[in-house]
Amino acid sequence: MLIDSILTLTTFVPTAGAVVVALLPRKGRIIQWWTLLVSVVTFLLTLHLPAHFIYGQSGFQFEENYAWIANPAIRYHLGVDGISMWLVVLTGFLAVAGCLASWKTVETRTKEFYFFFLLQQTAMIGVFVALDMFLYYGFWELSLVPMAILIAMFGKERGPKTALKFFTYTFIPSALFLVAILYLYAKTGTFDYVKLQQALTANGSLFTADALGWVSLAFLVAFAVKVPVFPLHGWLSDTITDAPTAMAMVVAGKLGLYSILRFNLGLFPAQARAIAPLMIALSVIGLLYGACIALVQRDMKRLVAYSILSHLSFCTLGIFSFALSGLNGAVYQILNHGLSGSAMLILIGILYNRYGTYELSEYGGLAAKTPWLVTLFVITTLSLIGLPMLNGFVGEFLVLSGSYAHHAGWIFAATIGVILGAAYMLSMVQKIFYGPESAMITRHSVADLGFREHVILWPMAILMLVMGVASPYWIKAINGAVTGLADTATQTVTYTADHLPADHLPADHLLEKR
Amino acid sequence: MTASLHLWLLPLIPFAGFLVNGLIGRRLPKALVTGVALIATLIPFLQVANIWFHLGSTSLPYVENLGTWISAGPFHADFTLQLDHLTMIMLLVVTGVGFLIHIYSAGYMAHEEGYWRFFAYLNLFMFFMLTLVLSENFLLMFVGWEGVGLASYLLIGFYFLRDSAANAGKKAFVVNRIGDFGFLLAMFLMVQHFGTLSYSGVFAQITQHPEWQGGFLTAIAIFLVLGATGKSAQIPLYVWLPDAMEGPTPVSALIHAATMVTAGIYMVARTHVLFDRSPFTLSIIAIIGAATAFFAATIGLVQTDIKRVLAYSTVSQLGYMFLACGVASYTSGIFHLVTHAFFKALLFLAAGSVIHALSGEQDMRVMGGLRKKIPVTFWTMTAGVVAISGIPPFAGFFSKDEILYQAFISPNGGKILWFVGLVTAFLTSFYMFRLWYLTFFGESRAVEQAHDAQGHDDHGHAHGHGVHESPWIMTGPLVILAILSVIGGWIGVPAALHGHNEIANFLSPVFGSAESGGSNQIALILAVVSTLVAIAGWFTAHILYFAKPELPGKLAHSLHGVYTLLLNKYKVDELYGLVVMALMIISRYLLKALVDTGIVDGTGYVAGYTAQGFGALVARIQSGNIRSYAGWLSLGAAVLLVVTYFGLTAHLSLR
Repeated sequence: MLIDSILTLTTFVPTAGAVVVALLPRKGRIIQWWTLLVSVVTFLLTLHLPAHFIYGQSGFQFEENYAWIANPAIRYHLGVDGISMWLVVLTGFLAVAGCLASWKTVETRTKEFYFFFLLQQTAMIGVFVALDMFLYYGFWELSLVPMAILIAMFGKERGPKTALKFFTYTFIPSALFLVAILYLYAKTGTFDYVKLQQALTANGSLFTADALGWVSLAFLVAFAVKVPVFPLHGWLSDTITDAPTAMAMVVAGKLGLYSILRFNLGLFPAQARAIAPLMIALSVIGLLYGACIALVQRDMKRLVAYSILSHLSFCTLGIFSFALSGLNGAVYQILNHGLSGSAMLILIGILYNRYGTYELSEYGGLAAKTPWLVTLFVITTLSLIGLPMLNGFVGEFLVLSGSYAHHAGWIFAATIGVILGAAYMLSMVQKIFYGPESAMITRHSVADLGFREHVILWPMAILMLVMGVASPYWIKAINGAVTGLADTATQTVTYTADHLPADHLPADHLLEKR
Repeated sequence: MTASLHLWLLPLIPFAGFLVNGLIGRRLPKALVTGVALIATLIPFLQVANIWFHLGSTSLPYVENLGTWISAGPFHADFTLQLDHLTMIMLLVVTGVGFLIHIYSAGYMAHEEGYWRFFAYLNLFMFFMLTLVLSENFLLMFVGWEGVGLASYLLIGFYFLRDSAANAGKKAFVVNRIGDFGFLLAMFLMVQHFGTLSYSGVFAQITQHPEWQGGFLTAIAIFLVLGATGKSAQIPLYVWLPDAMEGPTPVSALIHAATMVTAGIYMVARTHVLFDRSPFTLSIIAIIGAATAFFAATIGLVQTDIKRVLAYSTVSQLGYMFLACGVASYTSGIFHLVTHAFFKALLFLAAGSVIHALSGEQDMRVMGGLRKKIPVTFWTMTAGVVAISGIPPFAGFFSKDEILYQAFISPNGGKILWFVGLVTAFLTSFYMFRLWYLTFFGESRAVEQAHDAQGHDDHGHAHGHGVHESPWIMTGPLVILAILSVIGGWIGVPAALHGHNEIANFLSPVFGSAESGGSNQIALILAVVSTLVAIAGWFTAHILYFAKPELPGKLAHSLHGVYTLLLNKYKVDELYGLVVMALMIISRYLLKALVDTGIVDGTGYVAGYTAQGFGALVARIQSGNIRSYAGWLSLGAAVLLVVTYFGLTAHLSLR
């Protein structure tokens, strides 16, 4: 059965849920159960997409396209392709996990928390499905607000300061981004993504190369801050540290990376190609830089924050490689990171919940007391460091091998990140779980994972394995969508031929020969 | 073509054993845990044996495709398994020796905490090792490659409450990752140049292009060698293996002697089509091999921990196999791999039996006189010692002699490499008989008091004091391995000694049967020389550690500098420590303090202060009242809409 307007439903069920949360009494766990119900329903709705997706067909599916405001011409246009579909599903999945992870960690001001939590889901799904620039921008801005408020409310004594930092970092580039959108509208008379794409690729006379360069840069900076791309990551470690787990899980990565793919590659392929060498350099630097700093962190949540910087740099690297397998790997890596990074943050949240500290030096020898916790922690760690048969490896390998042909030097450097990644993650495992029991561990008598924690973490662990061995299930949809992007990119090769390395095309052909 | 061989069962059954013991093993009785683990290894062994007996009716290489693993754009990789003659030999060694060590472990680990965990990891290891040898493409081989590293990490760190064990596990994984870095780069290059990672695809393209010599093939080969030096503990990445002795002794036998560490040799042999095109890389392999063999043997001369001697001996023997590959005599490398698996597994297990008998003692300085007390261990270990020392007709003699002979006659080798190998053979014989005399002969030097077992295997156990022979479940595998150590070399008796060299014939479909310049006469002379050298090593050890036991002390005193250098293992660990420290200092002070906190955060704050207005706003909305939040939110949205609306219309009217 195909549900009409499935995307509208998926996007706004959480909002409706949030409205109900505002009306529910603050009694018992009613609000939690309600939010869980809403999240599960949303997740099930998102699963409708892969079930009815037509594979091997490029372009957008499940489209809804109505005129909303006549002048300016804003349309209510939703739709997903192979990239955004999986991101919607991921968002739905993480909402359930986030709700369960917050179950006992958020005990005060639960109404506020779950209200904004659900609102955040709408904003994120909206970003992935909106195909009208104005609509998109509304969701994009909306995604910043609940996040900032929740950080301010739940970030302990440093919360407001961190929220301010986060908001400033993301809001200022967003303002420029808005100006760029309006400029595009003024020139083309449309906010619609598909029409914009046609206008930009077909009719070059509307814009000067300079103007388009600045517009694409305004887009890119707004997205790069949100990813974050080195050196725009100043907000990341504070935000990850102070945000509640369910928010930290979704604050970095997918929104910005998706937007780069959709808009910078989709609308401004020539400009994206022109800036690719810089972005590849920044990605590789960020990858190694994040890893080096993670190596010397004493606070486990900050360590994970820098590991996130390092891991997300793989995605930007794959995106700007413009190689087909690199793009596939980048999208897959966004999903992987959403899954494994979130699992890691949940695990660290569990530790904090029990011991009240993120200081690594306080821990030691926990493995003997909590065999299940250490098992899941190690599985997640292995996924993050790219052990083959787990999900991370597929993404990393595709990104690196796909980009190697044109950027051997950078990829050589990036592959060093594979060594550093193992070093800092295993050091963290060792400091928490191995070695003699620390005084703090001996003092507390703490139970192993509870039922609720098992319920969150095992599906995630199993999914890591499944995504590691059955990647075609996801990639067959992704491949169709990124092929479209890569094609758009090649169409413009003639305009920007001087930016390309001389050996570019022959090597591509060599790959496609088989 | 015969019916399907169901190769997929081989790795999957141990994996099932891992899942059972790993998930519910804690609640199962020990007997059941043992049963699951043993059956999960026995079935693959029987299946391999069955395949072996029906090999005549199977056309090799036999390939089994289990489905697509990754398919993205131009890149494609399948779950494909392959059986050929080389795989067959590896399967026999891995499942055969693996099963024996599983049996032994049931006795050795009987009194340990986390018995279930140990067997779960052991089965996990079998899964990855079998994947490694059965794979038909480099990517799947890499699964096994990293996977055995994971199992090794878990098992080295088995006694994880001890810092030294946890450190050793991490060190093994990270050092191996450096090797994996090379393996990955080699694969990237292969994807770039061949567009595929399957063996048949890559090798067919190389064969079709005889004009490809060196060039990118050398680049690929060198990166693969980097990978092999990590896994097979060669210079410069050997440092993890001696530390890996922190793991329980059966682990040292299985993973760090018989199987996993030979993966590098297997990989080079498997990829020989590529290496044959890069003589430069082959020379590097040969030099690395000979240097490692010699270097590790010298360290082994002065070590006092029984397992460390065996660890350095393993590094040294792997060096021989590397040397064999380097002179393009892959057959002799694999031959030595097989015999080494027998006698080194035996030596480790026998050492384990000694340690077991002494309730966890590993220091040879406090052993001695154990010959009569643990006779089965003594006799089996003797077989191992004689085999590794290269005394005919025991196993090690034939394989090592074959390598030395090939090094001597090969155009890639030469007399220098042969000579280094020969000197190493002398050292090997010496340090092995030193171990033998120190452990089993003379008076007992044991101090009759509870000693601090820190830094040792932690193999204390409940039953009575006093030295005692191990139970049959441990001595049984010892006896079988001892027999194999005696007769194992007979599969490769060269023509010069009136043999048929069965293993070379068996492997000839894989490696070809290249007869190069030697003659029976040279072979015979060299065999006599190596035999004499081996006996000389024994003789020296006899004098120093049996006839005149006061001599070693004097010698150490008079050669103080050399002795200390060897005892400190050439300070290589310290050197690497410095590199790591430099990285940490740069990360902490330059990157973290200066760049991140100073520049990145600093500019962030400057931007923040210029946006004080937002600060005031956020401070105001921080009231904790949901209605006020909702109000602010809708107000903000409204303002945004109004502003943009007017902005738009204004803009449009301008047009």
